[in-house]
Amino acid sequence: MEEVKLNKDSFIIGKKKFKSRLIVGTGKYKSMSDCAKAINLSGADIVTVAVRRVNITNKNKPLLMDYIDPKKITYLPNTAGCFTSKEALRTLRLAREIGGWKLVKLEVLGDKKNLFPEMIETLKSTEILSKEGFKVMVYCNDDPLMAKRLENVGACAIMPLAAPIGSGLGILNKVNIRIIRKQTKLPLIIDAGLGQASDATIAMELGCDGVLVNTAIAKAKKPFDMALAFKNAVIAGRQSYLSGRIEKNLMGKASSPSEGII
Amino acid sequence: MKKIKKIKIKVNGKVKSITENTNLLKLMKILKIPLKKVAIELNQEILDKKKMNKIVLKKNDKIEIVHFIGGG
Repeated sequence: MEEVKLNKDSFIIGKKKFKSRLIVGTGKYKSMSDCAKAINLSGADIVTVAVRRVNITNKNKPLLMDYIDPKKITYLPNTAGCFTSKEALRTLRLAREIGGWKLVKLEVLGDKKNLFPEMIETLKSTEILSKEGFKVMVYCNDDPLMAKRLENVGACAIMPLAAPIGSGLGILNKVNIRIIRKQTKLPLIIDAGLGQASDATIAMELGCDGVLVNTAIAKAKKPFDMALAFKNAVIAGRQSYLSGRIEKNLMGKASSPSEGII
Repeated sequence: MKKIKKIKIKVNGKVKSITENTNLLKLMKILKIPLKKVAIELNQEILDKKKMNKIVLKKNDKIEIVHFIGGG
């Protein structure tokens, strides 16, 4: 019966409906086949991909598209590694040219050490890309004011970080995430910084619509098991959120009736 | 016999010597690029892949060929 509830609960980004609320990255895996297997186990139907130069000297290098079929799994081109609006726009325009992708993830970084987003460049790029017809999912900091500005210039999803990319620290500022949740009807997806499956559950319980995970799965000691753990964690968190948690109380409340005690 | 003239261009940051009057489509065939899986830039401008046979490469042209790889 719980399944009925979840089935009616659709996850829509840029007018497209998705089954899984877990989005996974395709970087950092030991091999392409490991990556494909982990994605399959995670149940994700969106994966992030990077745009890079074709290796023109070694043609035997395996291609991502040979392992992950873009007809079955939605490719979400990402601008990871871009530090200016100019670089990000160039990357996503090229991505669109590869296969007509309009749903993209914008990520403009500001600092090589902490990999925090450069929000001025991000805001600028979001506006330009939205005007060009892109559906822009935006990686951002967990600042509710900036999230609002992104929404105002046409973002199709808000993707605040939990913690620095690849740090595995989990959600550092739950209050801000809840405030962003309260102020927006756009899909809210936690992106970056998760370390273990329970972090994904927490994100979903805060009311997020989805999570994006790469390192926590790819670099786990057992990536396939972790992929499955994240799949279940996202489902559990979403279901818990929809079920409505109990109030918190300072004192204990007995679960058994006091009447009839012997 | 007429001597075949060569020109130098840059493909993905690497210098490449090609025969003069080579068009872009021919270059892609020489490089064995799977056209459906890539995007191509000529001197920082994205190209319509259908028009590549009409573009004759010139000395010092810079070409970028990109595709999707694993990433976060």
